[in-house]
Amino acid sequence: MLSRRRLGTSVPLLCLLLHPAAAMAAWEVNMPRGVTDVSQDIYSLHMTIFWICVVIAVIVFGVMLWSILFHRKSQGAKPSNFHEHTTIEIVWTLIPFAILIAMAIPATATLVEMYDTSDSDVDIKVTGYQWKWRYDYLNEEFGFLSTLTTPQDAIYNQLEKTPEYLLEVDEPMVVPINKKIRFLFTANDVIHSWWVPELAVKKDAIPGFINEAWTRINEPGIYRGQCAELCGKDHAFMPVVVKAVPEEEYEIWVAERQQKAREEYELRNKEWTLEELMARGEKVYGTSCASCHMPDGNGLPPAFPALRGSAIVTQDMPRHIDIVLNGVPGTAMQAFRDQLGEIDLAAVITYERNAWGNETGEIVTPLQIMETMEQ
Amino acid sequence: MSAVVDDSHIHEHHGPAKGLGRWLFTTNHKDIGSMYLWFSFTMFLLGGTMAMVIRAELFQPGLQLVDPNFFNQMTTMHGLIMIFGAVMPAFVGLANWMLPMMIGAPDMALPRMNNWSFWILPFAFLLLLSTLFMEGGAPNFGWTAYAPLSTTYGPPSTIFFILSVHMMGVSSIMGAINVIATVLNMRAPGMTLMKMPMFAWAWLITAFLLIAVMPVLAGAITMLLMDTRFGTSFFNAAGGGDPVMYQHIFWFFGHPEVYIMILPAFGIVSHVIPTFARKKLFGYTSMVYAIGSIAFLSFLVWAHHMFTVGMPLAGELFFMYATMLIAVPTGVKVFNWITTMFRGALTFETPMLFACAFVILFSIGGFSGLMLAIAPADFQYHDSYFVVAHFHYVLVPGAVFSIFAAVYYWLPKWTGHMYDEALGKTHFWLSFIGVNLTFFPMHFVGLAGMPRRIPDYALQFADFNQVASIGAFLFGASQFLFLILLIKCVRAGRRASAQVWEGADGLEWTLPSPAPYHTFTTPPKVV
Repeated sequence: MLSRRRLGTSVPLLCLLLHPAAAMAAWEVNMPRGVTDVSQDIYSLHMTIFWICVVIAVIVFGVMLWSILFHRKSQGAKPSNFHEHTTIEIVWTLIPFAILIAMAIPATATLVEMYDTSDSDVDIKVTGYQWKWRYDYLNEEFGFLSTLTTPQDAIYNQLEKTPEYLLEVDEPMVVPINKKIRFLFTANDVIHSWWVPELAVKKDAIPGFINEAWTRINEPGIYRGQCAELCGKDHAFMPVVVKAVPEEEYEIWVAERQQKAREEYELRNKEWTLEELMARGEKVYGTSCASCHMPDGNGLPPAFPALRGSAIVTQDMPRHIDIVLNGVPGTAMQAFRDQLGEIDLAAVITYERNAWGNETGEIVTPLQIMETMEQ
Repeated sequence: MSAVVDDSHIHEHHGPAKGLGRWLFTTNHKDIGSMYLWFSFTMFLLGGTMAMVIRAELFQPGLQLVDPNFFNQMTTMHGLIMIFGAVMPAFVGLANWMLPMMIGAPDMALPRMNNWSFWILPFAFLLLLSTLFMEGGAPNFGWTAYAPLSTTYGPPSTIFFILSVHMMGVSSIMGAINVIATVLNMRAPGMTLMKMPMFAWAWLITAFLLIAVMPVLAGAITMLLMDTRFGTSFFNAAGGGDPVMYQHIFWFFGHPEVYIMILPAFGIVSHVIPTFARKKLFGYTSMVYAIGSIAFLSFLVWAHHMFTVGMPLAGELFFMYATMLIAVPTGVKVFNWITTMFRGALTFETPMLFACAFVILFSIGGFSGLMLAIAPADFQYHDSYFVVAHFHYVLVPGAVFSIFAAVYYWLPKWTGHMYDEALGKTHFWLSFIGVNLTFFPMHFVGLAGMPRRIPDYALQFADFNQVASIGAFLFGASQFLFLILLIKCVRAGRRASAQVWEGADGLEWTLPSPAPYHTFTTPPKVV
């Protein structure tokens, strides 16, 4: 018989059990096996060293437990006298040493494998920014930013959190399965680290330096990871999403992106209206500026100045353009000329000059940005 | 110093000075030891409060209490305060109190420098804590202070952080010099090095580590200062420098630093376990060699903190092998402690409870450390909560529990009163449950993919984080029991004998409890 109270607790529990994925994921205790040969090798190494530790622990703590139970003074135990034994010291030095050598051999093999980035099929340059990633497909000549799309309202508990909370982006990295993907890592500002657990790839992205890694994904799917090196205030908010697809689908996607890049290139020359620039600029602002300058333009002074009502934004256009393009050295304001294309730069500056009551009526065109950048 | 002049009768009529001046100007190792210990406990509660803020924010997904920048300040300051303000000063305080008595010396070799070593610390920490109230906030780049986050992108208060760490370094170096001079020169006649108590060996070796590496930290943070304020480019690629060099220099300090934080713990446990097993420490010689080996190896492994930085393969392999190797002497120590217990006559007063918990839980931390040493696997563990779990296991139920064990063990000698055993056992069990609830789940979320140093996390990490936060609140609250116990014991309690513990052995247990203000003004004869 189910009393009211029992029903109250068991119904939510049942619901949890009916959602096996959610229930299992919540209490996940282990590393994923992953979807690459290397990730599975790493998983094996991990489990091997884990079981070695468990066996040693059981033996060692077992002896200790034995003493705790059976060598108590309260039970009449009398203390023995032995206090040294050279042979046993040698034995319990050599046996662990041998175990370690046994462990080091497969570990070395896997590490050597992980370092071999030769003969790749696809090369992608990954750049860490505060606080997003940029992916440039080196042989296909297009690139894009990949930014968190979880709304601020969800983070601040005004909106329901979806299952991909903090692990969703606008533009995932798309790669073909069964091909060797080589990554080149660098960063624009501070050290970041690119990590996807199911690929067992983690590499620091260091400003001014280039690191390499590779993967070959065996199964199609979406694989999510996060930045793994403290990089400032939004370190928790720059996830990694890799979408692995069959080769044909990848080729189609590449073609689409190349087409988009060409179209974008053409669009620079178009006559942009204020409304068009505002619409595009609002989106760019949301992904690239709002985390510091806030969606309402009020910023977080003194570190992040207000744009709303600011003298630079409403009057000094050359300075405004200069700051957006070249950043402000010694502060967190980055040089966005390396991150955003000319259209996005023009759009976001136009947006800032007209939003939140700034209402200058001015527009900045992509061609103007191009000219400024050439100077 | 073996001039035997019997001037003890002069000191019998002089107690300690009165008032605040006693504490400001004391050169007495017992007074200085007490100041270090109270300072350390205060810092422990302060750093612990920051941990409570961190765990409160991490209780649920989403941002509820603090903004991410302040959260980063909390994690940074929590680390700095616990390492430099709680653990290290506690061990120095224990060294001050116990080393002279253990070796039959009247005081430390350099008593005035000893006073200064202590008094630097309150100033250093006042400076560090004041950064919380400065514009731009406190340091927010992690206690490891990697460049260029800490240089180009650091808050204005960074310069004060650098100055305060310099001051702490000076304090540590002077303290270490004092320990070496004392242990090498002031042992009672007949006490050869291989007859010295284990705590003295542990501290002798720790002191050499301190002198070797604190200057390296000073170099690293001075380079940070140069890069931020004097236009240099040590760690700035655009200027021809290398951010990774910072990591090499920092971790060359940083790895021996963690052994600085555990070797004295090993020394303590090597006193407590034999006492409560009523059996001599098993394998004294091996134990000394093991500490020496660990200290030596600790200089050769620093880059295991940097496995994902893009090191050449040869370097990566070397550091993997060297790191795995440290497990060997550490394992020897654990085996020796357990063999000491085996066929002893055990009782489980509070010091022994903490010492036994140390052996088990430190070993668990050691096992996760061995897993981290496997470089290919470390690509999955690095900068995740698995690392956080590892180092908190070796530091909290490791170093901190050994400090609790030491305090319970030596409190009767210091105060002349037995502490409240029931309260002590309660403190132990609540702490034991608390630390395990807090840190064990961190292994799981780390393996499942949760990065460290984040104020908010994906939903699959929620449940274990909630458990960890509850454990943290329990552990934090339990420390107030300890505070109550300490105050009670200082003021009153059952009279303690000189021997205090049936199985205790060593010169310190030949002295009355409480130990007189001046002891061993005449050196004892050691057989």
